[in-house]
Amino acid sequence: MKKSMLYLVALFAAFGLVAASCGDDGGGSSLVERDCAQGLDETGIRVAIVAPSAENDLAFTQSIVDAVDCLSGVADVAITPGTFVVEDAGVALRQYAVDGFDLVIGHGSQYGSLIQEIAPDFPSTAFAWGTAVDTFGIPNVSAYTVASDQGGYVLGRMAAELGTSVGIVGPIEVGDAKLYVDAFKLGAEAGGAEVAVSYIESFSDVQAASETATGFVNNGADVLTGTAQMTVGAITVAANEDVLWFGTQSDQTSAAADGVVAANQVYRWEVALQQLVDDISDGNLGGKSYEINLQNGGLGIEYGNWEVPSNITDLVDSTADAVIAGEVVTRVG
Amino acid sequence: MSEFFTVSVLVLTFASGMRFATPYLLAALGETIGQRSGVLNLGVDGVMLLSAFFAYWTVLESGSRVLGIVAGLAVGLLMGVVYAIVTLVFKAEQGISGIGIYLFGLGMSELLFLGQVGIPRGIRSFDEWRIPLLGDIPHVGDIFFNHSILIYLAILLVPLLTWMVNRTTLGLNIRAVGESPEAADSLGVSVVRTRMIAILIGNSLAGLAGAALTIQLGTYQNNLTNGIGFIAVALVYFGAWRPIGVLAGSLLYGLITATVTQWKTLGIVTGAAASFTTMAPAVLTVIALAIIARRSADQPAALTVPFSRDG
Repeated sequence: MKKSMLYLVALFAAFGLVAASCGDDGGGSSLVERDCAQGLDETGIRVAIVAPSAENDLAFTQSIVDAVDCLSGVADVAITPGTFVVEDAGVALRQYAVDGFDLVIGHGSQYGSLIQEIAPDFPSTAFAWGTAVDTFGIPNVSAYTVASDQGGYVLGRMAAELGTSVGIVGPIEVGDAKLYVDAFKLGAEAGGAEVAVSYIESFSDVQAASETATGFVNNGADVLTGTAQMTVGAITVAANEDVLWFGTQSDQTSAAADGVVAANQVYRWEVALQQLVDDISDGNLGGKSYEINLQNGGLGIEYGNWEVPSNITDLVDSTADAVIAGEVVTRVG
Repeated sequence: MSEFFTVSVLVLTFASGMRFATPYLLAALGETIGQRSGVLNLGVDGVMLLSAFFAYWTVLESGSRVLGIVAGLAVGLLMGVVYAIVTLVFKAEQGISGIGIYLFGLGMSELLFLGQVGIPRGIRSFDEWRIPLLGDIPHVGDIFFNHSILIYLAILLVPLLTWMVNRTTLGLNIRAVGESPEAADSLGVSVVRTRMIAILIGNSLAGLAGAALTIQLGTYQNNLTNGIGFIAVALVYFGAWRPIGVLAGSLLYGLITATVTQWKTLGIVTGAAASFTTMAPAVLTVIALAIIARRSADQPAALTVPFSRDG
């Protein structure tokens, strides 16, 4: 029995060694880097983030992870990703507050009830959650959201110039995903393209995203887009079928071969988070709602690895200006 | 609905169903062998995840899809050794051990992916191979004989494993230790060794399923399997512990999933109706399992029962 136990320990130790050696490979980790790295400020506040998926998901969680590097006035950042299970997130949120973090963020609209429950227990700790606008009337709770419809409309309008039939792979019909999908459809239809939308009812089912994208292409789509972390499956289909891809949340260019990703709507949460950090530094722990949008630079249109003609970039600029000016409707209902 | 019932769309849907079914089939075939020997493995999904990562990483680094398959098989085999030690040597409760293996695979694959790869990048899939003559049969050829090599491999494993279980000494021993390990032991069959072999075969196929999934998709993402391993365990019950039954269940599940996907891409079902249809594969599986539960006599009598010569 002892010998067997030794073998078992050795096997798990081998796995651990592999993992440890892999973790040291600095060249392997290539999260999208911004050129705005601020570095840590010892006199700043301590920030903790709890997020639902992996920090390298090319989507929602990565967008917030990329943003914290751009903040000034921050002394320490702790991140707990992968908390799909809301109860796990609750444990992490509460523990960060116990550990004395000044700002504890629940990055996911599913965490609202947790924030509502935990925040009153720690009145000197600032809490924030998003995407949302409700602060529950609690003085130490803030909310943040994204006008993902704005970039969605611009990209949809651009897509209509580059193709005639658009397939949109959505996750679940809620939140910023729904805003983006609806607006992309509006923009593409405004440009005369046919649009088909399919929500696969999952944020993580890569196989379903892949087959949905394949279905769209088989049905004649020459442009694809989608949102959430499962879209890597759809991006691969776009690459294999030589169909243009439009990304959102994070820059998804690295996930596809050259000549596939036309453009991305990139969330720059740092715009909202910096206001939040500054407010907390000034002693205001909550009660406000923040939004990132095209106007305040919290949303950016970044071109991918497909060469975009100048007349299209002009169209993108003018459409974005029209959206900012409120001259076009980007939301449904 | 009329746009769905066209030959071209039906052919595409059936072909999509074959692709959907492949990882389920491979994993469920492996689990069938394990369960026929009396060992339940709820860790299939974890084995698939870890194997999928190593297969993906291998292809990413080497460019060789064959090496990726080998890596997936090897990791599955290694996880099989771990599971065999836990369940056969330590005689740990199989259900709990399997969950442990799943959680280990889930966490380790995420850790490795974050540390070694960072962000998802595409890899080359196997090209579709149209089988000469058969692939030229109108419609049927496109559905069954124009796929990647991995799908053909999965289908070929069905008769191979059926023959192995029913016609070989190893298969006889596997069935014997799954039905009555004490009787098998009294006849000189090594229960531990036989179950060990069954576990290794089962986990290797789970590893192959993970490798097939990532290579077929041409990418990787955390929690790539999205619960395929757990559905595979259910399909073993659906298939009444027979490879051909598992094939039928996998194809049915894949076809229903593909049909729902196609309906949604065509806009046939939208909104709340689309959400309900997404549940259809799982609901139908549960219904089928409820019906099949009457055939519980087919279940290996010693399933989940650890063997000890001391009684």
